[in-house]
Amino acid sequence: MTAWLGWIPALPLFSSLVLLLVGGRLGQRLVTLLGVGSVLGSALLSGLLIADFLAEGAAVTTRQLPWLSSMGLEVAFGLYFDGLSAVMLGVITGVGLLIHLYSAAYMAGDEGYARFFGYLNLFVGAMLLLVLADDFLLLYLGWEGVGLCSFLLIGFWYREPANGYAARKAFVVTRVGDIALAVALLIMIQQFGTLHIQTVIERAQLQWLGSDWSFWVALLLLGGAVGKSAQLPLQTWLPDAMAGPTPVSALIHAATMVTAGVYLIARTQGIFLLAPRIMELVALVGALTLFLAACSALVQHDLKRVLAYSTISQIGYMFFALGAGAFSAAIFHLMTHAFFKALLFLAAGQVILSLHHEQDLRRMGGLLRRLPFSALCFAIGCAALAALPLTSGFYSKDAILLQAYGLHGGSLAWWLALAGAAVTALYSLRLFLKLFFGEAVTEPSPDMRPTLVVPLALLCLLALFGALIPQPLGAVFAPLAATEVPAAVHGAILIMPWLGLVTGVLLWRYGRGFRQRWSDSALARSWRAGWGFDALYDGLLVQPLLLLARLNRKDLADRPVQFVAWLSARGHAWLSVTQNGRLRRYAAGIALGAVLVLTVVTL
Amino acid sequence: MESQGLLIPIEHGLLFAAALFCIGLAGVLTRRNLLFMLMSLELMLNAAAFVFVLAGAVHGNADGQVMFILILTLAAAEVALALALVVQLYRRRRSLDIDSLDGMRG
Repeated sequence: MTAWLGWIPALPLFSSLVLLLVGGRLGQRLVTLLGVGSVLGSALLSGLLIADFLAEGAAVTTRQLPWLSSMGLEVAFGLYFDGLSAVMLGVITGVGLLIHLYSAAYMAGDEGYARFFGYLNLFVGAMLLLVLADDFLLLYLGWEGVGLCSFLLIGFWYREPANGYAARKAFVVTRVGDIALAVALLIMIQQFGTLHIQTVIERAQLQWLGSDWSFWVALLLLGGAVGKSAQLPLQTWLPDAMAGPTPVSALIHAATMVTAGVYLIARTQGIFLLAPRIMELVALVGALTLFLAACSALVQHDLKRVLAYSTISQIGYMFFALGAGAFSAAIFHLMTHAFFKALLFLAAGQVILSLHHEQDLRRMGGLLRRLPFSALCFAIGCAALAALPLTSGFYSKDAILLQAYGLHGGSLAWWLALAGAAVTALYSLRLFLKLFFGEAVTEPSPDMRPTLVVPLALLCLLALFGALIPQPLGAVFAPLAATEVPAAVHGAILIMPWLGLVTGVLLWRYGRGFRQRWSDSALARSWRAGWGFDALYDGLLVQPLLLLARLNRKDLADRPVQFVAWLSARGHAWLSVTQNGRLRRYAAGIALGAVLVLTVVTL
Repeated sequence: MESQGLLIPIEHGLLFAAALFCIGLAGVLTRRNLLFMLMSLELMLNAAAFVFVLAGAVHGNADGQVMFILILTLAAAEVALALALVVQLYRRRRSLDIDSLDGMRG
């Protein structure tokens, strides 16, 4: 069975190659067959492998093909499959398949249809390579592939300059994190002479006990993870990434890309556990991010930006859980979040389609009767996001907060995460009410396109019951010691979402004037702009760089190049004078040349 | 050199050919009328042909005269082509001014 492991990333990669090279000449039907079929094949293979794994339960490594051998560094090309990879594989191929199915209907008729599926398949393939890699270099290949595909897909409608700008921003901001990751890999090469993940972690645990290396490497790995997962301080790219088509947002937010950082930390937990201070930092980054992003989500006017900030916030929960040491809870939340966030994005795509590409919440409302199916999807998605009981999000968020409390007690980060749960419920409710209640503003075309319904219905089921899916993580993470959590704390965790909901209902019912005043206040405006991080980075980094570029416009290093250009321009002007079209001048030139040659020869 | 019974010294012949060639060249370079340029070209050809005949006479064999016949044929062919061009030029431009044909200037 393990012989088939390599086919899981190979299928989408191969199909993307075909689609990108000759996709323009294939018909739409064939493109769909290839684009969706390849991911379907990966999903089926993954399902078989996971079932196999659940029955036998041993991690497997595929054949190591030598890839690179230089200066004492041996890199082999191999795949590694264990419980963590199994969960990631299930999420990527399962949710990815549903998003592909949805895209086939959503993007139908777009002139870049084949290109879209080519990028989408490449995205899934790169992500699969990332989570299956046995080696940090292969992981880095997938890591960069994912970054490239996000760039290509965010800027998919490239005729709009704003989309290109958003794509560039996502690429450059995540690049900052990628450099940190690259430096971490270089330190590993220098220290151990290998990049094999398991070997590196084993040796690190032997050699780095009590040394500073683990601190620095963990910090750099965290830098890579915050870039890819859009955590503080590199979170600014994700809200702008909404420029891409909606299925792309679903893919980036649910199945691929932003979960890569969580996966990286979970995969290298052995190094992080050696650096307790970095673990605290991870928890703090997660808690701060989840709270700040939840506040931003509360005041957004754009439907997709609400969802974008909620993704940042939910990934913040995962980071918080990782930092607290509750690794399996983090991966559990990663899975349930993938289900309900994909559901929310795809349902949002349906609403946006029905409203003829309207995304502004202020011009929506009263859609409950007109779009009943979308309302049902949103109700389930928002309930799971708000962690209401019996939804999948309830179990995972409950697990995070409980286990984190059991491990560290009520630290500042924990209280932030607890408060974030109330804010999450509040903004989920706000989103739902704004969309489906209140006065109707625009007349939608009906929902329930059958091709869109099937993936949405499946995702609804997953968002409700996804928590029942077993997670074979026992062998990957050390089991947590059972700790006693006071009943009052557990009660607080359970009550928090309801607190948010009740506040929301009261504000909706009676607080119209207050909502109006609040929406225009300076604080709300700052939250809407993501706490001013964009302006900060613009003033701190972008403008000084532009100023430097302007000052150094007449660069000394450019002078020799410019001299060559000047010389050839002058030479051209000088020589073109001789080509004046006068026959007699040419004849005179020939005669003069002959005389010169004769003179030279005879003298 | 005098053994073949040439009546005039060879230097005179060469000087004559050079003078003829230079007159032709000057005509080509200074005349603007295509017809006169062609006539000057004929002068230059004849100067070259004359040198062949002279050399043949000096060496006492017929090769020089063979070459002269060849050049004569060449000149006839050249004139046939060139006159066709002249006629075409005159038809299009109503003038034979060679300097008006500078459409290919760089």
